[in-house]
Amino acid sequence: MFIIIAGAGKVGYHLARALVADHEILIIEQDPDRVDFVAAELGTDVIMLGDACDAATMEQAGMERADLAVATTGDDEDNLTFCQISKARYSVPRSVARINNPQNEGLFRKLGIDSTVSATNLILGHIEQELPWRGLIPLMTLTGLDLEVVEVRVPRDALTAGKQVKQLLLPQGSLLCLIISEGTPRLPAPDSTIHAEDILVAVTSIDSEEALRSALTGPPGNP
Amino acid sequence: MFVVIMGCGRLGAELAVILEADGHDVSILDVDKYAFDHLPVDFKGQKVLGDGTDQDTLRRAGAERADAFVAATRGDNRNALAVQIAKHVFQIKRVGGVIFDPIREEVYRGLGIRTINPTKLEAGLLRQSIEREED
Repeated sequence: MFIIIAGAGKVGYHLARALVADHEILIIEQDPDRVDFVAAELGTDVIMLGDACDAATMEQAGMERADLAVATTGDDEDNLTFCQISKARYSVPRSVARINNPQNEGLFRKLGIDSTVSATNLILGHIEQELPWRGLIPLMTLTGLDLEVVEVRVPRDALTAGKQVKQLLLPQGSLLCLIISEGTPRLPAPDSTIHAEDILVAVTSIDSEEALRSALTGPPGNP
Repeated sequence: MFVVIMGCGRLGAELAVILEADGHDVSILDVDKYAFDHLPVDFKGQKVLGDGTDQDTLRRAGAERADAFVAATRGDNRNALAVQIAKHVFQIKRVGGVIFDPIREEVYRGLGIRTINPTKLEAGLLRQSIEREED
């Protein structure tokens, strides 16, 4: 694959280093010192000096030939612009963006960025798995479908505890897939009962996340 | 109308002043507190110190009840992100942004965002003024 990476910071550099043996890699970086460093470590043909969102630079980089655009800079606005131009102007089939402000993750996906990676949200997910919490934990995103697989633990005081699956009012576009009670997974049937502390796995459209959260763990309240 | 403006440089401040003169309510954002010096002393609107590409800051500036949003900073990518947050997160009906790079502006216009390209506008105006003097 031909992969173009915006930003030769730590994320961009280590990504390129991991991929360079098997793929054609080009990093676009604005800082000349950083360009020199990467050129010395990985070779001069792996790195190019320039603004990754600038059309002349993108053309020179061979953007129209790229199979994958990866934005790794520390600025969400630059990552979004790089991915959007890659797709809209150069028809790059797939784009991946690093998310710095976790609030931007839903927006980026809505705007057609194929994959997003937020270190903050990943760490939050790990912390939340350890703590009692009413939130949904995103497990994975289904590429290009605006759907995600989420996990939630039914709180002790949840209105849903003791109810049957058919009594739940799930939002449109959401589907309960699995109930895990005391470590044993079972497929939900209409008359399956949901207990406090059960772990529920569901598929949901990103827009329905909040409605699904309150349907599964209500009452809506503070974590 | 209630209008939220991101960027209180000369352009944003000027826009805020003329909108206020037209009778609109204005809330204006900037990351630099000294940028508000571009506003006249009798400016009545809300001044919000903060980053307009952050959803919480936009909420603080009143984005949830805004009728219009304009991104007028010097940064094309910042303006593009803010405009898309205004449109898709806050569902603001009228959104517009300044994009200086003509090619980037074309891309964003293609994506359905109302954009103004000062570079092309100014070049056109300069051409007009030169051609007129030749007459």
